[in-house]
Amino acid sequence: MTTTPTAHRATAVAARAVELSKVYGTGETQVVALDQVTVDFRQGEFTAIMGPSGSGKSTLMHCVAGLDSFSSGSVRIGETELGSLKDKQLTQLRRDKIGFIFQAFNLLPTLTALENITLPMDIAGRKPNKEWLDQVISMVGLADRLGHRPTQLSGGQQQRVAVARALASQPEIIFGDEPTGNLDSRSGAEVLGFLRNSVRELGQTVVMVTHDPVAASYADRVIFLADGRIVDEMLQPSADGVLDRMKAFEAKGRTS
Amino acid sequence: MFKTALRNVLAHKARLLMTVLAVMLGVAFVSGTLVFTDTLGSAFRNQSSKSYDKVAVAVTTYASRDDTEREAGVSKQTLQKMERLDGVASATGRVDGFAGVAGTDGKLIGQGWANKGGNFAPGKDGKDPAYTFAQGSGPVKDDQIALDKDTASKGEYHVGDSVRVATNGPVKTYQLAGVFTTEDGAVNAGGSLVLFDTAVAQKLYLKPGYFQNVSVAAAPGADAQKILDEVKPLLPKDADAKTGKALADQEAKDIEKGLSGLNQMLLVFAAIALFVGIFLISNTFTMLVAQRTRELALMRAVGASRGQVRRSVLAEALVVGIVASVIGFALGVGLASGLQSAIGMFGAKMPAGPLIISATPVIAALAVGIFVTVVAALLPAWRAAKIPPVAAMNSVHGVATTKSLVVRNSIGGVITLAGAAAVVAGAAAGKDGKVIIGFGAFLALVGIIILIPLLSRPIIALVRPALSKVFGVSGKLASQNAVRNPRRTGATASALAIGLTLVTGLSVLGVTLGTAIDKMTTDNIKADYMVQMAAGGSGLDKDVLSALRKAPGVSAVSPKQSSYVKLGGIDESVAGVTPGDIEKVISVETVSGSLATLGQGRIAVDDKTAAKHGWKPGSQLPVEFSDKKKGQLTIGATFKENEFLDTVLVPTTLLAPHDPQPYIPQVFVKTDGGATSANEKALVSALGDNPAISIMDQQDIRNEFGGMINTLLNIMYGLLAMALLIAVLGVVNTLAMSVFERQQEIGMLRAIGLDRGRVKTMIRLEAVVISLFGAVIGVGLGSFLAWAIGQTIKGSIPNYALVMPWDRIGIFLLLAALVGVLAAMWPARSAARLNMLTAIKTE
Repeated sequence: MTTTPTAHRATAVAARAVELSKVYGTGETQVVALDQVTVDFRQGEFTAIMGPSGSGKSTLMHCVAGLDSFSSGSVRIGETELGSLKDKQLTQLRRDKIGFIFQAFNLLPTLTALENITLPMDIAGRKPNKEWLDQVISMVGLADRLGHRPTQLSGGQQQRVAVARALASQPEIIFGDEPTGNLDSRSGAEVLGFLRNSVRELGQTVVMVTHDPVAASYADRVIFLADGRIVDEMLQPSADGVLDRMKAFEAKGRTS
Repeated sequence: MFKTALRNVLAHKARLLMTVLAVMLGVAFVSGTLVFTDTLGSAFRNQSSKSYDKVAVAVTTYASRDDTEREAGVSKQTLQKMERLDGVASATGRVDGFAGVAGTDGKLIGQGWANKGGNFAPGKDGKDPAYTFAQGSGPVKDDQIALDKDTASKGEYHVGDSVRVATNGPVKTYQLAGVFTTEDGAVNAGGSLVLFDTAVAQKLYLKPGYFQNVSVAAAPGADAQKILDEVKPLLPKDADAKTGKALADQEAKDIEKGLSGLNQMLLVFAAIALFVGIFLISNTFTMLVAQRTRELALMRAVGASRGQVRRSVLAEALVVGIVASVIGFALGVGLASGLQSAIGMFGAKMPAGPLIISATPVIAALAVGIFVTVVAALLPAWRAAKIPPVAAMNSVHGVATTKSLVVRNSIGGVITLAGAAAVVAGAAAGKDGKVIIGFGAFLALVGIIILIPLLSRPIIALVRPALSKVFGVSGKLASQNAVRNPRRTGATASALAIGLTLVTGLSVLGVTLGTAIDKMTTDNIKADYMVQMAAGGSGLDKDVLSALRKAPGVSAVSPKQSSYVKLGGIDESVAGVTPGDIEKVISVETVSGSLATLGQGRIAVDDKTAAKHGWKPGSQLPVEFSDKKKGQLTIGATFKENEFLDTVLVPTTLLAPHDPQPYIPQVFVKTDGGATSANEKALVSALGDNPAISIMDQQDIRNEFGGMINTLLNIMYGLLAMALLIAVLGVVNTLAMSVFERQQEIGMLRAIGLDRGRVKTMIRLEAVVISLFGAVIGVGLGSFLAWAIGQTIKGSIPNYALVMPWDRIGIFLLLAALVGVLAAMWPARSAARLNMLTAIKTE
């Protein structure tokens, strides 16, 4: 929670998956999307999940974020075990403890930028923490755009609103699904910068799925997935390093 | 292009379902009406031609016991002369009149229908060809009667039982000699028929030895026309004679006329239902086009012309129209046969006949269904043709711009104002304003429909704070979503608004009229009881008056005997009243002179008539009574004009010598202690426990009028239900579209923490908001129009005051909200069950 001292957060685990498997279909048509994945996402860490298409990176995120069900294994967000939760409790968990950033921004066109930012708290029926909200808004540089509707904002600005929305409710963990996928490189860099700042300066935990090595280089740690399994991990990645690693996987994939 | 259209129809089956349903219902209404009236008409025609089958010539004299001016009908001697004519097999004389049969509870059987009595006229074989006896035989003695089968079974009477029968005189007990069946239409429609011995019937209804009507049967091979020519010279001067065939033709024509009225009324409601359907269809096609923007643009890009795109959309509508019309027609035929048996259940026996399906309903159903669908698709087709080829390259969907609404709003504003102005002008014009109001109402409705998208924003914005407060985020989002696509919301709400305009207008008028009549009753009738014949239209016997006067507890009795006299050379309708009692039973406001002078053989005239002719108390006027005898009358008083009274009040004693069989529609009675069950019992027994006479207290009188208005309103509600049902389908359709279009959004909301319950609430509230919006517009417009129409009839109704039936309006609004909830059931479920992951996935 937000009151947790930062010293603790450095070591505590925000989300954990143990032997997580996700299987679609049965018999011959069976597809294993996740195969016994065990991974920790530590508090105050910016993690990128990478891997080729079909590697299971999105599925992993969806399962850990409580958006999708899994076949076996366990997932915990903070102290909460997701496997036993009903839809209503899962929804509440997402509302109170998780922030989301989507590739397609996913803002409500009928609401203003500010209303979009406070939407999760509106849903929860909570009053936003004014000080925190101001801090978040000024960080993403939207102070003069709060009354605009999404259609009046550029793609980059829209995604900044989405970032602010994810941060505003001070969730335990933020999940991003290709958050820069729809943005040009400059806007993408901005958004990634905000995410990194939120981790460095505000102690936020962020998990992001991406296929872009440059985006991954903003993270503290990159985990690589292939065929539903974690195949590698890299700390303090650089764009070139990530790219090389990816190329190596692809080469291996081709020869094997 | 037609192939693509067909594929599109198949690809969007679910989407088009509501459209098909709407067209189908409308077409079923139209074809059901046409088939039903055709079937009914043919059955009636068969029946009437069958009943005149054996009649060569029918004679009608219109003679009656009360009518002293006419000759007393056809005498027995004349009848015998007819029988001896060449080619005549037999001549049967008939007399008939009112006859009421007391049921087990002492009340009239078959009340509200024709209660007839007639004579049993056996031929040489001892049988009357008009009646087939199921039990017993025809009445041949003074104290015998026969009853029709239904009446006998309703009264649980068997041959040999004593039956109390009321005619215009006192009640008499007869012995039931037989039970019969007949082809008589009135009896089959739920009335009752009592057969007396001919001599008894003649005494009751006419004059011994005389008949009102004669039916002549021809010998085999004789010419009816020739018989007619021979019969005519034998008849009294007021009589009419026609061949049976001419009568059957005449009756067929009358039936046709009667049914075409019914036909037209039903078709008007069918038209309303179809008109409402247009909005739904148009909405569906607009959405289909919007969904396929890229696809259509691609077709344009690869070389399809605008015309081809337009035609492909219209072809799609054509396919939908044909399918829906065919199903609708089948449904209509089912509806017609269902209606036929349903009417039978209400006690009225319709003549049986085969279901008649002529070419007209088939053509009408198909034409109407296809026409409506294609017309509704015109605008969407035109919009589809405007999609530029470049839209294929854009990922952005063409969003309806608000800019185009400016032109629309200006036009709508002008039309609405013009319509409203015409309505107000019509209302100001009073009696003659109805046509102007009708025209204005149409304009206003059209204008409002055009303006509805504009109105939706501010009106729905009004409820937003309340919704947000009560339902939180769901309420806020719902009210915003409701105006996201103002055109669509407008079209959806319009459908409901049209239905509710009609429903509200009729309700306001109905309740206003009901209240006015109610008030008229309470204001004018001081009597505790009104006595009249249970069968409407017939008069009371004059003995009723003296019987009532003798009843215990009665303090005042006055008839309102109806007569016409020539007063000062002018025809006036006069009321024969009891001097001294009339002012106790009916409120008469004396203007000058004194009503007490009626007791001295003077008369009273209303102030308006008096002023018009310069009459005043003391004026002496020459008079000619109904029997053409002349005399002189003196005015004793003038009273304030009153809708409830005739222009002239005359003591009954003055009319009596000139009118031996007076027509007394009502008698008013005041009793000591007011209307109590003891007093009512005393009156009933004073009148010989007569089932044919009804004794009504003030509440009964009000109920009689009020009941009629309520029944009428309920019929209207029932007929408008179809239009409302289609409007509901429209709401379902719109909601389904909204949910479909906002999948991604709903997925996101679910992801960031809106639970299923609140997603459902959000969709439901959106539906409720749209429905209520339409309802409010309809209620407003309906009330306005009702006010205007009320202004035009104000003059003819005293104490007119517009009454808003708030309770009913409240119910309408509640129902509209309920409609929203129900309509949202399926869309809300599918929204809540939405797969979050597919919804938030991009492409």
